[in-house]
Amino acid sequence: MRAFSLLAKIKKGRYVVTDPKHVSHKANSTPRFLRELLRLWRDASFRPLIMQGTVVLIIVMLAIWVISNTMHNLEHRGISTGFDFLSQEAGFGIIQSLVEYDESHSYGRTFVVGMLNTLLVSGLGIFFATILGFLVGIARLSSNWLLARLASVFIETFRNIPLLLQILFWYFSVLAALPHPRQSYALWDSIFLNLRGLFLHKPIIEQGLLPVMVSVLVAIGLTLLFRLKNRMRRLDTGKPIPGASLWMTALLLGIPAVVWGLSGATLTLDTPVLKGFNFRGGIAIIPELGALLLALTIYTAAFIAEVVRAGIESVQKGQKEAAASLGLKPGKVLSLVVIPQAMRVIIPPLTNQYLNLAKNSSLATAIGYPDLVSVFAGTTLNQTGQAVEVIAMTMAVYLTISLTVSLLMNTYNKRMALIER
Amino acid sequence: MMNHELKMIPAREPPVMAVGVLAWIRNNLFASTLSIVATLLIVYGLFLSIPPLVQWALVDATWFGADSNACNREGACWAFVTARLDQFIYGFYPAEHQWRPNLFFAQLAVLVLWLSLKWTPGKQWVLGYSLLLMPFVSWFLLYGDLPGLEKVETHQWGGLMLTLLLALCGMIASLPFGVLLALGRRSNMPVIRSLCTAYIELWRGVPLITVLFMASVMLPLFVPEEVVFDKLLRALIGIILFQSAYMAEVVRGGLQAIPKGQFEAFNSLGLSYWQGMIMIILPQAMRLVIPGVVNTFIALFKDTSLVLVIGLFDLLAIIQAGLNDPAWLGNSVEGYLFAGFVFWIFCYGMSKYSQRLEQQLHQGR
Repeated sequence: MRAFSLLAKIKKGRYVVTDPKHVSHKANSTPRFLRELLRLWRDASFRPLIMQGTVVLIIVMLAIWVISNTMHNLEHRGISTGFDFLSQEAGFGIIQSLVEYDESHSYGRTFVVGMLNTLLVSGLGIFFATILGFLVGIARLSSNWLLARLASVFIETFRNIPLLLQILFWYFSVLAALPHPRQSYALWDSIFLNLRGLFLHKPIIEQGLLPVMVSVLVAIGLTLLFRLKNRMRRLDTGKPIPGASLWMTALLLGIPAVVWGLSGATLTLDTPVLKGFNFRGGIAIIPELGALLLALTIYTAAFIAEVVRAGIESVQKGQKEAAASLGLKPGKVLSLVVIPQAMRVIIPPLTNQYLNLAKNSSLATAIGYPDLVSVFAGTTLNQTGQAVEVIAMTMAVYLTISLTVSLLMNTYNKRMALIER
Repeated sequence: MMNHELKMIPAREPPVMAVGVLAWIRNNLFASTLSIVATLLIVYGLFLSIPPLVQWALVDATWFGADSNACNREGACWAFVTARLDQFIYGFYPAEHQWRPNLFFAQLAVLVLWLSLKWTPGKQWVLGYSLLLMPFVSWFLLYGDLPGLEKVETHQWGGLMLTLLLALCGMIASLPFGVLLALGRRSNMPVIRSLCTAYIELWRGVPLITVLFMASVMLPLFVPEEVVFDKLLRALIGIILFQSAYMAEVVRGGLQAIPKGQFEAFNSLGLSYWQGMIMIILPQAMRLVIPGVVNTFIALFKDTSLVLVIGLFDLLAIIQAGLNDPAWLGNSVEGYLFAGFVFWIFCYGMSKYSQRLEQQLHQGR
C-alpha cells in the first residue's frame, strides 16, 4: 500500500529521487548516540526489552507513588497499619453464624463468620439454581408449546432485571408481607413460616450418634470401592457383578442401620416453640437468607437454563438418530448419548455461572444478610477504619475462590480436549 | 370407438387432525399424556393468577394522587410512581434546568436510532462522535460550570439519568482499555502479557461491590490529600477498572477468531505492529465482538444499580429512598415493579438487538 502510493507520488513529480550521497550526508548529521539508540530501537530482539523495561518502570513508580500517598494519608488520619486489629474485640453482634460467635469475639472471628455465611448462601444457591436451571432449560426445549413459552418468559424476565432489584423485591415486598409469628403459616405443626423467618426441626447429635456418623462415612467409602471394582470387572469381562446396584444399596443403608441398632442411640429433635414474640429452638432460616437465596436462585437459574438449552441444542440431530437406530430407548439415548456430549459444552459456562453466583452473593449487604462483605467489609471496616487491609482480605477471598475454580476448569477443559478427536 | 378420457381423481382432503389449527394444537399441546397434564396444569395456573393480577394492576389501580391515602387499597397504587416520576428520571436535578437532561436523553435517542437504522448515512462519523466526544459533551451539558450553563453538583444527579450516564460512560471509557489489555494479553512480550493477564483475572475474580467499596474508601487514600474526588467520579473509576477487564476478554475472543493468515499478511506487507492492528486486525475483530460488547453492556447496565450501596441515587436507589417516605409507605411492590419494568425494557431491547446483530454476522459466513 505504502510503497504503491509513494511510487505514484514520485511519478506525479511530487518527490524528487535524491542521490545516495545526499542521503548519507543527511544521516551523518544526526548525533552518533541518537543513531545508536535508533538502531537499538529498530532491533527486533532489543525493542521488546526496552518496552517491557519501560512498562515495569512506570508501574513501579506508580506503585511507589500510591504507597507513599497512602502511608502519608493514613498517618495523617491517625490510622495504624497492619493486621493487629484482627485480634481486638469486635463488640458487635451478628444475626447468623455457623460457628460460635458473640460480641466478645475478635474481628478476626467476624472474618471467619462472614466467609462461612458467604459459602453457605453460595453453596445453597448453586444447589437450587442448578436444579431449577436444568428444569427450566429442558422445559424451554419441550415439545409442549405452552411449557416452552412459559420457560422462555421466565428466562427473559428474570435475566433482564438487576439482581439487586430482585433481592430487594423478595426481601421488602414479599417476605415482609408474611404474618407475624403468632399468625405463622404452619405445616404439620412442625414447620413455621412467618415474618421472622422459616423455622424447622433440628436433629440433635448426641454422644451415641457418633458411631453412626462414622459408619455412614465408612459405608459411603465401601460403596465407592465396590463401584470401582464393578467398573473394573465390567471393563475386563464386559459383564458387571450380578445385582450390583442391590449390593450397593445394601452396603449404603445396611451398615449405618446395623450400627445404629447396636449403639442404641436415639434421635431427638429440637422443635421450634413460640415464646413471647418469636420462635425459639430448632433451625431458623432468617428472612435475609431466604430473600437472598430466592433471588440468587431464580436469577442464576435463568442464566443456567440458557446454558443448558445451548448445550443440548449443540448435540447434532444425527447423534440422537444414530443412537435410536442402534436400538436404544429414548431414556438411554438421553443419558448415554445426548447428555454426555451436551455436558462438555455445558460445564464451562455453568462453572462461570457458579462463580457469578458466589460473587453476586456479596449483594447481601443491601438487605443486611451477614456475609463477608456485609460483616467484614461493612461493619468491621467502619469500626476499625482499616480500609486497605479489610478490602484486600475481602478481595483475596473472592479471588482465591475464582482462581481455584478457573484452574480446575482449565484442567477439565484440557482433559476434554484430549478426548475429542 | 371409445373415448378414453384420462382425468385425475381430485386429491382427497388431508385428515382433519394432520393440518391446520387442530393439528397444531394436538402436536404442540396434547402430544402425549405428560404433555396433556402439563398443558392443563399451566392453563389452570394462568387462570388462577392472571385475572386477579389484571384486576389489581389495572382495574382497581389508582393512577394519580397526592399520597398513599388517595389510593384504593384493593388495587395497585401507581400514584406513587406518577407523583414521583420527575425524581425517578432526574434525581434531584433542579427543575428549571431539566431541559439539560432532556437534551441528553434526546441526544442518546437520536444516536441510537441513527446507528441502528439501516438507511442513515455517515455511520462511522456518528459512531466516532458517540465513542469519543459524547461522554464529554454529556458531562459538560449536565455538570455545566460553563458560561451560560449553571453548575449542577453531581450529588444532585440521580434517577434514570444517572443510571444511563454511569452505564454509558463506564462502557465507552472501558472500551479502549479493554482493547489495549486484550492486545497485551496476546502479546509476545512475557512481562506485558503476564501483567495484563494478572489485571484481567484480578478484576474478574472479585465482585463489583467490593470494587465500588474500594473505589469509594481506598481511592481517596491513594492520591495526595489535595486531590478530592467526587463520589460519582470515584464510582465511575471503579466501574471502569472493573469493566475494562470484562471488555478485554470480549475483545480477546474477537482477536482469537481472526485467522492467523491475516497477521502474517500484514507482516509480509511490511506494516508495523500498530499499523497492522489498527488497519487490518481490529476492524475485523471489533465487528465480530459487537454482540459480546452489547451483552457486557447489558450486564453493566444492570450492575449500575449496585451504586446504591455507596450512596449514589440511581434509578433503583431513588425508588428505594422514595419507599421510605412516610407519605408513601406500603408501596414497595409498585415501586419495584416500575423499576423492574424500566430495566427490563432497556435490557430486553438490547438483548434482542444483539441477537439480531449476531444473526446478521452469521449470515455472511
